[in-house]
Amino acid sequence: MASVQWHSRGRKYESEWQGCHLEGSAVEFSDYHPLKAITVTDSKSRRGGRKGSTSSTSSSSSSVALDPLSSMLDGTDPLSLFAAASETPTLPHSISAGELGRKRQEKEEEVGLDFEPWSSKRGEILSRFTTTEKLSINLFMGSDKSKAASPSSAVSEKVRTRLEELDDLEEGSQRELLNLSQQEYVNRIEELNQSLKEAWGSDQKVKALKIVIQCSKLLSDTSVIQFYPSKFVLITDILDTFGGLVYDRILTMCADPHPLPESFSADEVNDTAKETCLNWFFKIASIRELVPRLYVEAALLKCNRFLAKCGIQETLQRLTAMIRGIGDPLVAVYARAYLCRVGMEVAPHLKDSLNKNFFDLLASFRQIHGESVQNQLGLQRVEIPIYLTLYSPAIHWILQCVAYRAPEVLLTEMMDRCKKLGNNALLLNSVMWAFRAEFVATRATDFIGMIKDCDEAGFPKHLLFASLGRSLSCADPPESERLSILNEAWKVITKVRGPRDYINCAEIWVEFTCRHFTKREVNTVLADIIKHMTPDRAFEDAYPQLQSVINKILPYFHDFSVLFSMEKFLPFLDMFQKDSVRVEVCKSIMEVFIRHQQEATRDPVILNALLHICKTMHDSVNALTLDDEKRSLALLINGFIRMVSFGRDFEQQLSFCVEARATFCNLEPVIIHLIHTVNQLAMETRRVMKGNHSRKTAAFVRACAAYSFITIPSLTSIFSRLNLYLLSGQVALANQCLSQADAFLKAAVSILPEVPRTISIEGKQRSSEPFFLEFINNFLSTLLVVPDHPEQGVLYLVRGLLNMVQDYTWEDNSDAKVRVYISALPLLAAMSQESYLYTIPKVDSNETLYGGDPKFIAEINKLCETLIGQVLDHLKTLGRDEGVRRQCGLAFSLFGCLLAHGDLRNNKLNQLAVNLWNLSHKHGFCETRTSVRTLEYIKHQAQLADMSHLSDITARLSLQSRA
Amino acid sequence: MSVSLDIRLKRANKVYHEGERLSGVLVISTRDALQHQGVSLSLEGLVNLQLSSKSVGVFEAFYNSVKPIQLVSSNMEVVKPGKVPAGRTEIPFEFPLQAKGSKVLYETYHGVFVNIQYTLRCDMRRPLLAKDLSKSCEFMLHCQPQKPKLPPSPVEFSITPETLQNVKERTSLPKFLIKGHLDATSCAITRPLTGELVVERSEVAIKSIELQLVRVETCGCAEGYARDATEIQNIQIAEGDVCHGLSIPIYMVFPRLFTCPTLETTNFKVEFEVNIVIVLHDDHLITENFPLKLVRV
Repeated sequence: MASVQWHSRGRKYESEWQGCHLEGSAVEFSDYHPLKAITVTDSKSRRGGRKGSTSSTSSSSSSVALDPLSSMLDGTDPLSLFAAASETPTLPHSISAGELGRKRQEKEEEVGLDFEPWSSKRGEILSRFTTTEKLSINLFMGSDKSKAASPSSAVSEKVRTRLEELDDLEEGSQRELLNLSQQEYVNRIEELNQSLKEAWGSDQKVKALKIVIQCSKLLSDTSVIQFYPSKFVLITDILDTFGGLVYDRILTMCADPHPLPESFSADEVNDTAKETCLNWFFKIASIRELVPRLYVEAALLKCNRFLAKCGIQETLQRLTAMIRGIGDPLVAVYARAYLCRVGMEVAPHLKDSLNKNFFDLLASFRQIHGESVQNQLGLQRVEIPIYLTLYSPAIHWILQCVAYRAPEVLLTEMMDRCKKLGNNALLLNSVMWAFRAEFVATRATDFIGMIKDCDEAGFPKHLLFASLGRSLSCADPPESERLSILNEAWKVITKVRGPRDYINCAEIWVEFTCRHFTKREVNTVLADIIKHMTPDRAFEDAYPQLQSVINKILPYFHDFSVLFSMEKFLPFLDMFQKDSVRVEVCKSIMEVFIRHQQEATRDPVILNALLHICKTMHDSVNALTLDDEKRSLALLINGFIRMVSFGRDFEQQLSFCVEARATFCNLEPVIIHLIHTVNQLAMETRRVMKGNHSRKTAAFVRACAAYSFITIPSLTSIFSRLNLYLLSGQVALANQCLSQADAFLKAAVSILPEVPRTISIEGKQRSSEPFFLEFINNFLSTLLVVPDHPEQGVLYLVRGLLNMVQDYTWEDNSDAKVRVYISALPLLAAMSQESYLYTIPKVDSNETLYGGDPKFIAEINKLCETLIGQVLDHLKTLGRDEGVRRQCGLAFSLFGCLLAHGDLRNNKLNQLAVNLWNLSHKHGFCETRTSVRTLEYIKHQAQLADMSHLSDITARLSLQSRA
Repeated sequence: MSVSLDIRLKRANKVYHEGERLSGVLVISTRDALQHQGVSLSLEGLVNLQLSSKSVGVFEAFYNSVKPIQLVSSNMEVVKPGKVPAGRTEIPFEFPLQAKGSKVLYETYHGVFVNIQYTLRCDMRRPLLAKDLSKSCEFMLHCQPQKPKLPPSPVEFSITPETLQNVKERTSLPKFLIKGHLDATSCAITRPLTGELVVERSEVAIKSIELQLVRVETCGCAEGYARDATEIQNIQIAEGDVCHGLSIPIYMVFPRLFTCPTLETTNFKVEFEVNIVIVLHDDHLITENFPLKLVRV
């Protein structure tokens, strides 16, 4: 095809703009609104009620009759159907989800959420009571046979085995596992739990019961006493599983005609189920040993519901009394804890047995200091204070159950009873733990007195103060006593010797101090902590506690100037010498700062401290840091930078940015943020000067530009660099810094060849092409207002850009290059207008520089012709099979470009346009709808003045035949 | 096997009383139609007596086991010879429970030397080459409620070294005082044995306190009889050195089958006793015996 001559179409932007305005068409709102519900007066009744499902239905007040969504859900929606299905327990041997859910619901109804559940204590106990000593599991099988002290030796073998069958796990086998480490022991117990479930699943009910009995027997063994609380937790898990299995099994037996209602009574239970239940109880009643019998019966407590109305109550009372038979005080107290726990779960309204349990505990309290306990401790070489702490979880739990929603009178009575017992530190501790914090707080002074009276040799005092502190951190003591309480408590705490004990206690009291006192007291406390923790680098072992101190202080000091004016705060931070912890702490401080700092600040104290903290975070970044971690650090630092403002003192702000850049050079997002900040600073200056820069401000904005210019190259992400160059260039232009703008844009053009063909986005390799094209289009639109450099040729930047595009190694089979060419045409067309579409105030664009000089226009036209020539060449190469579709698309977009920007009065262009139209329709890949609309547009345009030439074009454009 | 025979009694707990009707269904499930020569049901109640080897010579015990006493026996043909169709066939039946002659239906009891047992047995005779099928099923008999002769009265006890019998060296005994009471020694069999026990003081730590339920079975007649006491069960009520001065509950459920109301007949007797066994840490064993009278009320 011969070379074409380009003529840009003359544009009158003003009038076109007005012509483009849509006519406002009035909408009558009362008539119709798409979002308004259709109100229908006769509501259709729904088929198939929802059967009490609580799922939210789509309609509420207005009856939407024809809502497609609700009609889909006609009847029961799938979720509630599913729930309904699981409500009827179909699998006999498994705990169905519905049942579990119901249990939970029940619990929530009767025991409020304010009751700390056992599950949360579990983990704590397991992690606290550990041992390095060797443990043994002794599952004695038939050990009773050797115990021939009974007066009758003539019992026939048949009867004997029948009776002892229950004690045997496997006939005649005896397994004793010695020398287990703690972990092995835990695994062993877990295995037993598994084999219990398996036995149950395979219908070996007797074997399951044997396993449970054997496990609960382990609870009467107090060798390796430090591990006892954990052992209790592990084994009661098994008991809970067992209790659930039996209950569910019997419940499914009752479901025969129809499932039992939630609150069934014993009368509704059928005979078979009752008989099965009775059988279980008879079997359990014949268990020889006290402890297993007690535990297994407690595990099945809930099953009493099937037999009699007040069965649970009677059984609870009986079991409570039965515990008196346990001689070892530790075993007994844990048995009580289990009973209370089961009681709370099954029948939380039965308070009597809980209280009875507690009073029995008090009555047998002296056993703890009894002779047999002393002997045992001597044998196991366990100190009394350690031994006493073993009781804490159980007594805490019992007291928590007792005190839950208990009246004040009862609590006072309990207190008095505790007071009467000698050496009651252990009880006192649990009282403070378990009773309502308000109750303890109002009597805080009394408690301090009692703590002081306690025997020094027994329960460690710092634990008592820790418990008191815990209560005081949730409830407030009377205003007048607060200072004396703090003084009294701290007097004791500061004397605690071991740094570990000290910090555990001090950490708790920090909360109280922060809550009620000013920075002065908090500062004193911090100083004391530093004093205790510095010798021998004790802080190294106490990072979690120190961290929690910080976390407790932060919520109370939202004013960071106060926080940092505490002398000891930064020295306290210096104690975190392990990098990971240090960064953690810094992060938490920054988070609080970002959340609570309302307005930007210039307070030097805050800035210095935070800069220090941010630097710490930044310095932790190394080659191994994860991307996510970097991102979150950068986010925090950016948050800080955003909060720094020096008001009208722009220069100081800039110098802060310079400092920040030096400090945070490793975090790219921070650098990017800094560049944006500086650009914003330049624009802010322009706004303040209302566009008329003085000499001083001009120098300042040039300094800003220089800042950006030297900062951008340090970024690694190519697109960040490109976009920032462009943006900074725009900012420089807006501030009339022409040479700077030129430099930015030139720099952008010069790094274009570096753009890789693929970039990694969220860990995936993606083609960079769409981003590249987007950038170039953005760039082109900026170029319209950039005046040509006086020393360089006409359209220096445009040419430079196009040359770069030409030399860039595009992907094979890509039309991107040609698309750039096509999108450059509108720019060139816009440049050849007399007055431009947009300009920058106080910057002369090419329109004024050249004033529509014909030479300039000719230059532009020449460039256009070259571009069109290139496009046409490319179109020719696409003539073959697979390129046809692309050819069609490209031809159509070039046609569109000609139509919009070319002067079609020119015959050659006119002809070219028609040819392109035909080319794009030649192979039938054009979307008919687009073609039709284009034609319509042309016809519409042809009616306008000056555009009549378009009408004969329309005659020559034919639509694609549908054949 | 493709054929199964089962007896299902109407009552889930299988407990019946004299004079009642024992009813239920016979369930035959078979995959194919089944040829048979009649199905019959038989009901039998037996007392089995056995002499212990302790009382007589071993061989004598073997051969001279006392003749079983039949309490009830009846037989009936349920289905005439013919065919049972494939699938599940249920045949209801009903037996009157009436003692033979002037005999009484004793309560079901499984002991060592005395056994009282009631069984229902179903037999299906089949033609040559096929095994006869049979199935038996035990059911429980409870006697009619008896009226307690005496109102239950608590029995106090107090155990000290001085109250003990059968002591060889009284001086070596440690000092102790254990007090308590049983709520009654005439007990309803369906109710647990209850009471309380307090260790007032003890020089030596206590290792364990147990309740031992003992059956005393007597066989024979006036001229020669054998009386044997054997343990039924042993229930621990205290373990370890229990708190002194704090009452410990005595509580024991009478096991089913292994206990029955105290029984006295011309040929045999079944009686029960409970021992409170206290084991001290130095392995001293102290036992206090209480005869019980069990009744069904």
